[in-house]
Amino acid sequence: MNEVVQAKNVSKSYGGVRALKDVTFTAYRGKVNVLVGENGAGKSTLMKILSGSEQPTSGEILLEGEPVTLSTPRDAQQRGIGIIHQELSLFPNMTVAQNMFAGREPRRKGRFVDDREQRRRTREVLNRLGQDLDPDTLVGDLPIGQQQLVEIGRVLLEHVRVLIMDEPTSALSNHEVDVLFRVMGDLRAEDVTVIYISHKLDEFRRIGDFVTVFRDGGLVAHEPMSETDTAWIVRQMVGRDPDSLYVRNTSATGDVLLDVRGLTVLGPTRPLVDDVSLSVRAGEVVGVYGLMGAGRTELVECLMGMRPADAGQVSVRGRVETRATVQARMDAGLALVPEDRQRDGLVPTMSVRDNILLATIGDLTRGGLLRGGREQSTAAAKVAELAIKIPGLAGLVTSLSGGNQQKVVLARALLTEPAVLLLDEPTRGIDVGAKAQIAKLMAELAAQGYGVLFISSELAEVIAMADRVLVMARGRLTAEFTAADVTEEALVSASASEKVLE
Amino acid sequence: MTDTEVRTPAPASAPPAKGNVALAKAALWLLRGRTLIVLVVLVVIFSAISSEYLTQSNLILMTKHVAINAILAIGVTFVILTGGIDLSVGSIAGLSSMIVGGLLFSGLDVGTGHIFFSVAVVIVIGIIVGALVGGLNGLLVTRFKVAPFIATLGILYVARGAAQLLSDGGTFPDLSGTPERGNEGFRFIGVDSLLGIPVAVWIMVLVAAAAIVVTTRTPFGRRIFAVGGNERAAVLSGIRVNRVKIAVYVISGACAALAGLLLTSELGAAYPDTATTYELNAIAAAVLGGTALAGGRGTIIGTVMGAFVIGFLSDGLVLVGVSTFWQSVVKGAVIIFAVVTEQAQQRLQSSLNKRTA
Repeated sequence: MNEVVQAKNVSKSYGGVRALKDVTFTAYRGKVNVLVGENGAGKSTLMKILSGSEQPTSGEILLEGEPVTLSTPRDAQQRGIGIIHQELSLFPNMTVAQNMFAGREPRRKGRFVDDREQRRRTREVLNRLGQDLDPDTLVGDLPIGQQQLVEIGRVLLEHVRVLIMDEPTSALSNHEVDVLFRVMGDLRAEDVTVIYISHKLDEFRRIGDFVTVFRDGGLVAHEPMSETDTAWIVRQMVGRDPDSLYVRNTSATGDVLLDVRGLTVLGPTRPLVDDVSLSVRAGEVVGVYGLMGAGRTELVECLMGMRPADAGQVSVRGRVETRATVQARMDAGLALVPEDRQRDGLVPTMSVRDNILLATIGDLTRGGLLRGGREQSTAAAKVAELAIKIPGLAGLVTSLSGGNQQKVVLARALLTEPAVLLLDEPTRGIDVGAKAQIAKLMAELAAQGYGVLFISSELAEVIAMADRVLVMARGRLTAEFTAADVTEEALVSASASEKVLE
Repeated sequence: MTDTEVRTPAPASAPPAKGNVALAKAALWLLRGRTLIVLVVLVVIFSAISSEYLTQSNLILMTKHVAINAILAIGVTFVILTGGIDLSVGSIAGLSSMIVGGLLFSGLDVGTGHIFFSVAVVIVIGIIVGALVGGLNGLLVTRFKVAPFIATLGILYVARGAAQLLSDGGTFPDLSGTPERGNEGFRFIGVDSLLGIPVAVWIMVLVAAAAIVVTTRTPFGRRIFAVGGNERAAVLSGIRVNRVKIAVYVISGACAALAGLLLTSELGAAYPDTATTYELNAIAAAVLGGTALAGGRGTIIGTVMGAFVIGFLSDGLVLVGVSTFWQSVVKGAVIIFAVVTEQAQQRLQSSLNKRTA
C-alpha cells in the first residue's frame, strides 16, 4: 500500500476549543479516501491543514514520506495538493474561463492575458467534465451545480497529486454526481489520490476505497470500504449513547399550535420549499432532519415571514395568518432562533442586555422613555432562567461563548411570548456541555406548553430529542417517523430520497 | 504555612500579566476620551499662541460657529448610526434657506397677490421642507434600494438645483420683514442672544439634548443602533427596518433645514449657495466623535465634541494667521488621525475582551 499523505499526531486548537485531537490519518495513492463524521467532528479542520490554509497546533504532515510545512494554500498547491471547498470560491461577475484561470492567467508576450488559450483550455476541461458550456458565460448566471463543476475544473487544470473534495455533491443533481464520479474514477486511474468528504452514505459507498470516521475531533475508525456497511458507519459516527447526553421530552401534547398546509417557496431552478405540510402541537418537540440545501432553513424563514411564500397556508393557534411579515408572525406567536447567530441573531455592537431585549424593547417604556430598571430586571430574569453565563449585562455580547450567545438569542425569542419556537440548528457550533443544556431547555419549554420545531443535521441529536422527526430532501418532506420507530439508517436514506411523503 | 502556598498558581494558558491588562485598560480610556483630549490640547495650544483665543467673547463666537455644524452633524449621526450616509444635508440647508428667504422677502405668490406668514410659521415650513426631502432620501434607500451614498448624492444635486431655481440663482437680500406684513424678527434665531449666549447656541443645546434622549432612552433609539449593528438580526427581531431608516433621514433633513435657517438668519440674506459642502464638515464631526461609518456605534455627545474640535481648530488657525490652504491640510490630517485611533481603540477593546472572557 502506498501512503501519499499522512497526518501524524495532528492537533488543532482554536482558542480553548480543541477541534482536532491527536489525529493520525493516512490517504493512499490512487484511491478514493472517504472522510465522514458529523458537523464539527474535525474533518474540515484536517482538510484545511492538509491544504495549507490552517496550521496544526502540534503534529506533522508527511508527503510521500517526507515531512513538509504547508504554511499557505499556495505551498500546498505547488506540492500538488488541490482542494475544492464546500463553499464556492468563484467570482460570479467573471466568466467561466476567467474563473478557471484567476490568478494564473496564461500570458502572451509575457504580459497580456492570452484569452484564446484560456478559452481553449477551459473548453478542454469542461469537456472532461461532460459540460457543453460557453467559456464566456458569466459564472453568476450558472445554476449552482454547474458552478460547483467549474470549481472542480479549476483544480483539474493544475497537475494535482492529491485532490481534496469537501462535500462537492451537496449542490449537484444526480446526473452531475454521475459525471463527477466518472471524473473521480479517471483521476484514480491516473494515480491521483482523492480525499472525499461526504455525508451521503449511499453515494460515497459507490466510489470510496477507504472510509475514515471522525467524531468529536478524533479519528475513530479507518477501514477499507468493502469491509464496512452503512449501519457500521453510522454507529461509528454517532458513537456515544445519545440518551446519556440529551434529555427527552416527556410532556403530554395538547392543541395544534402550528399548522402548515402546502407551503411552497420557489427558487431559481426548483422550489426551495416544495408543498410542505406539517403541524406542531403544544408540548411537542418536532425535529426536521435533512442535508445541507434541503430547504429546512428556507422553510422556517418562510414561516417567520422573512421570505414570501408562493403558495400554502400557515395557521398559528387555529388562526390563519395572512400577513407574512416578521412582525405579524411574531405577534401571532412564532419566534425563530436562526441557524447562523453571528449573521442573523446577534447585534455585535450591542450589550448582552440590549441583545436580549431587542425584540420587546417597545414594551419597556413609560411616557415613551425606556425604564432602565425594568430593562435591567427583565434581562436579568431571563439570564437567570436560562442560566446564561455572562460577565455582566452591560458587556458586549461578542465576549460570550457560543453556547451562551445562543441562549441570548433564545432569551430574546422567549421574551416575545411565542406559542411555537422555531430553532434552526440550535446546537450548531457549540460544545457538548452546552448542547446538553440547550437540549434540556427544549424539553423544559415543551413541558411549559410551547410547541418546539427544531432543525438538526445531527442524527443522534434528532433521534434523541424529537418526539417526531420529519425528513426534508430537495425542498420536500420525504419521511416522517415517531420517536419509537426512527433509526439512523432510515433517516439517512430518507434524506437522500427522491420520494415524496404522501 | 507560608504565603506562597496560599496562592493558586496561574494556569499555563493564562493571559499576560495583570499589569499589561491594566495598561491596556488605561490606554483604552485615553482612546475613548480622545475627542475631549484633542479639544483640550487644541485650546491649550492656541491660547499659548494667542492671548485672544481663550477670551469669553471669542469662546462665544466660536461656539456659535460650532452650533450650525453641530446641528447638521447630529442629524447625520442618526443616519450613520443605521449604517447609512447623508451627503445631501448641505443642499437641504441651502434649499430651506431659500424657501424661508423667499417667504420672508417676497411672500407666497397666490396669483391675486402675495401672502406673508409670521416668522414662526415660516420657520416651521422651512423645517418641514427639510424633513420631506430627508423622507425622499429615505424612500430612495428603502423602497427603491438605492445605496445611501448614491441616493443622497443625487439629492445633493437636486436640492441645490431646486434652491437655485427658486430665485433663478439670485439672492433674497433682506429678511428683516416689516410690521405691516407681520413677519419681523427672523434675526432672533441667528443674531440675538439670551442671557448673554447666542440663541443659536441654545438651539444647539436643545437639539443635542433631544437627540441624546432619543438615542439613549427610547425604543426607537435602540432600534437605530440595532439596524446599524446587524440589520438581519434587527429584521428577525421584528424591527421595521425600513421605517427606522426613513425616520433617520427625516431627522437628518429636519436638522439640516434648521441649521440652514440659523445660517440664513445670521447672514441676514438667503442665497442659493448657502451651506455648500457643509455635509463634509458634518460627516467629519460625526467621525471625529467616534461614530463608526459601518453603523451601530457612536454617540451624540461624541459628535457634538467632534463639531467643537473642527470649529475650534478652524477658528484657532484663522486667529493665529495660518493660511486657508494649511487649514485644510490640518483639518484633513485630524480627521484621518481620528479614524486611525478609532481602529486602535477597537483592536484594543476586542483583545481586552478576549483576555478577560
